Amino acid sequence: MSSQGRVTAWRVGIAVVVLGAWEGGVAAGAIDPFFLSRPSAITARVAAWIMSGTLWPHLWVTLEEALLGLAIGGVLGIAAGFALARAPLAARVLDPYIAMLNAVPRVVLAPLFLLWFGLDIWSKIALAVTLVFFVMFFNTLQGVRDADRALVNNVRMLGASERQLVRHVLMPSALTWILSSLQSSLGLAMVGAVVGEYLGATHGLGYMIAQAEGTFDTTGVFAGMTILSIVVVVTSAGVSRVERRLLRWKH
Amino acid sequence: MRQTQGFMNRPIALELDRVSHDFRTSDGRVYRAVDDVSLSISAGAFVAIVGPSGCGKSTLLNLIAGLLMPTSGRVRVEGHDQQGLNRRATYMFQQETLLPWKDVRDNVALGLILAGLSKADAHARADDWIARVGLTPFASHYPSQLSGGMRKRVTMAQNWILDRPQVLMDEPFSALDVHTRQLMETELLALWDVGVAGTTRRTVVFVTHDLEEAIALADEVIVLSAGPASRIVARHAVSLPRPRDLRELRTTDAFVELYRAIWSVLRGEVIKSQASVGAHV
Repeated sequence: MSSQGRVTAWRVGIAVVVLGAWEGGVAAGAIDPFFLSRPSAITARVAAWIMSGTLWPHLWVTLEEALLGLAIGGVLGIAAGFALARAPLAARVLDPYIAMLNAVPRVVLAPLFLLWFGLDIWSKIALAVTLVFFVMFFNTLQGVRDADRALVNNVRMLGASERQLVRHVLMPSALTWILSSLQSSLGLAMVGAVVGEYLGATHGLGYMIAQAEGTFDTTGVFAGMTILSIVVVVTSAGVSRVERRLLRWKH
Repeated sequence: MRQTQGFMNRPIALELDRVSHDFRTSDGRVYRAVDDVSLSISAGAFVAIVGPSGCGKSTLLNLIAGLLMPTSGRVRVEGHDQQGLNRRATYMFQQETLLPWKDVRDNVALGLILAGLSKADAHARADDWIARVGLTPFASHYPSQLSGGMRKRVTMAQNWILDRPQVLMDEPFSALDVHTRQLMETELLALWDVGVAGTTRRTVVFVTHDLEEAIALADEVIVLSAGPASRIVARHAVSLPRPRDLRELRTTDAFVELYRAIWSVLRGEVIKSQASVGAHV
């Protein structure tokens, strides 16, 4: 068997064992489904949401928030990272402030954003931006600073101006760092969107989970979590493909 | 006519006038890398600088390149005081310097693109050079897909395509195995022999710690003392006839004689540098 085949077999095996034990435990009376629900019920609930169409508007809102948060946070983070990497003095001056801002727990910000931006999508996007920004910022900063001195000197000797240096060396060098953080940034953007919805919203996966929790509907909570994880896995695979394409010179 | 001595009456390409360079170490002390070096190099000469490791060879080359400014003294390029980078020179570094995200063609064409040539023109000229270094089938490969020797060929093409009259090289072949290295040295001499536009040869300053390599390639070997505060301790003219067959050259009497003479000077410096390294360890 190929190694990929063996990996897939193991993955499926683990899922079967865990879900089987869970379902069996409930059937045998060892697990109380009121607290933990059961895989068959969760699957049925997900299917029902899909069939009835109630899922789509919520899923769409969450994705919209996460992707806009990722885009805005990404652009701001990359721009700020580049600016400070090229201005070492400003970077040193601002360093403690950046550390302070990054230390703020985002959950604490969520109610403030609700107050400032209202119940609709912009408060969630703001939350996602605060999470994505710092990851992108630090990676860009590091990527530019980390650019190989020999590469920089060589391109300068070949006649590059400051702008050409950025374009031909610093940008591509930072890109590898930025892309490697894209995966975790995407996850964080989803977290930002869902936490925001959870604390106050009229739509979204976080809202669905909060509603279910409000009525002690554990099956609904697990169904929401299941959909969330599937969405992240699928979008991550997409990001990986983009990454491989842009970094094809590495292989 | 291939000559070995005639460049003495050629114009001066590079001149160091009592150049010193200090570095500040991380604990705030001053480290003098190069001390009071004066040197002039004629246009078209192939000069090798040898010395024990850590003797300031690379510092000297970086001063000539304009990547470092002298703490005192001055560097003159073709009679003009150096300001900023030396735009008459290309520089082949010891490290890998090909951009890993550009393929061979884009890497070779880079200097032309930076100078504002259109992509089509730059690529056309790059393809000529890729053919000259024998890499036509690899024009669309990325550096990570090439062997060390191939990458050095690409780097040579990237530098020599610019037709600059001076070529600075800092142990460019030290990472290669012996056979690839000899091949690259032969190719380097062939390229140098052709000159710019088939007429004037370029001025080459070639830094190495390998005395054999220095004698085999150069018209003149300059020996630097062990660091800190390296100075020039000897200059030897190498009057071996050109073109040189690098496979046979090293066993000829003239070569061995030169080697003995220069090694008698270099040996002392190597021992000194090892003694000071030992004292630090």
